[in-house]
Amino acid sequence: MSQSLEAYLILAALLFGIGTFGFLAKRNAIAMLMSIELMLNAVNLAIITFGAFTPELAAQASTIALFVIAVAAGEATVGLAIVIAIYRNRRTPLVDEYASMKE
Amino acid sequence: MELPETVPYLDWRWDDLVFLAMAGVMLGSALLVVLGRDIIRSALWLILSFAALAGFYGLLGSPFLAISQVLVYIGAIAVLILFAVMITSSKRGPAKLVFQRQWWAGGIAAILLVGLLITTVMLTDWPHNGTVYVADVQKIARTLFEDYLFAFEALGVLLLAAVIGGLYLAKRDDEMPETNNPRGAMRDEDQRS
Repeated sequence: MSQSLEAYLILAALLFGIGTFGFLAKRNAIAMLMSIELMLNAVNLAIITFGAFTPELAAQASTIALFVIAVAAGEATVGLAIVIAIYRNRRTPLVDEYASMKE
Repeated sequence: MELPETVPYLDWRWDDLVFLAMAGVMLGSALLVVLGRDIIRSALWLILSFAALAGFYGLLGSPFLAISQVLVYIGAIAVLILFAVMITSSKRGPAKLVFQRQWWAGGIAAILLVGLLITTVMLTDWPHNGTVYVADVQKIARTLFEDYLFAFEALGVLLLAAVIGGLYLAKRDDEMPETNNPRGAMRDEDQRS
């Protein structure tokens, strides 16, 4: 099981699905960002899996996963800064109360 | 003390036992992140999920990635998220309703997506299967600093831009009206003294 590619890919798919549900269903903007991190982690797991089972691609897969981790760090920084900036204006982190563009 | 070849009574390899245990921990904590009511607890479960994923990287033969995962995700991103949670959580306590009204549509979409992905994975005949190769750290370094050098430098610029952008977005800009309006600034100083 730990030596079969399908098991890891199914695990990554399940993790991605959990992240998708959290992103679509949560009300809190920070919880949505946490779900995005889960999805990024799932993609990273899939990349590393492909690298681990294909010896010619092992180094490339690790490099790409490192890039994903670094970009995720930047995304978390800017995303949380945006949430805090909106929180200053609206005094709530709940996204369904950001309805000023609807009115 | 030597471990037996397989897990006693179950006839599994030890790697399989570790795989199943970590899969349970990772998926369980990810579910708790999404379904939990208290957002601080969600953030703490997220840390456990990151740690289990670092274990998977170790199992897949990339200890370097496992260490990066612990350093960047647990050390930096999780702490950043915890800070943001504590800044934005109000004193009234966590909101009663954690899901928005159309959460069921999101659930259906997520289940459809997972079904699609799993069918694709199962139906594809993967050419390389069965053996995990260990990634050589020296080879990773050669790839990173020779083949992908330009991307690496661009990533540095991107991270710098992210830091500056984050600071710009999150800084208080309520000093600006005070400079335009000296009376307001004076009143503010009176209150402070």
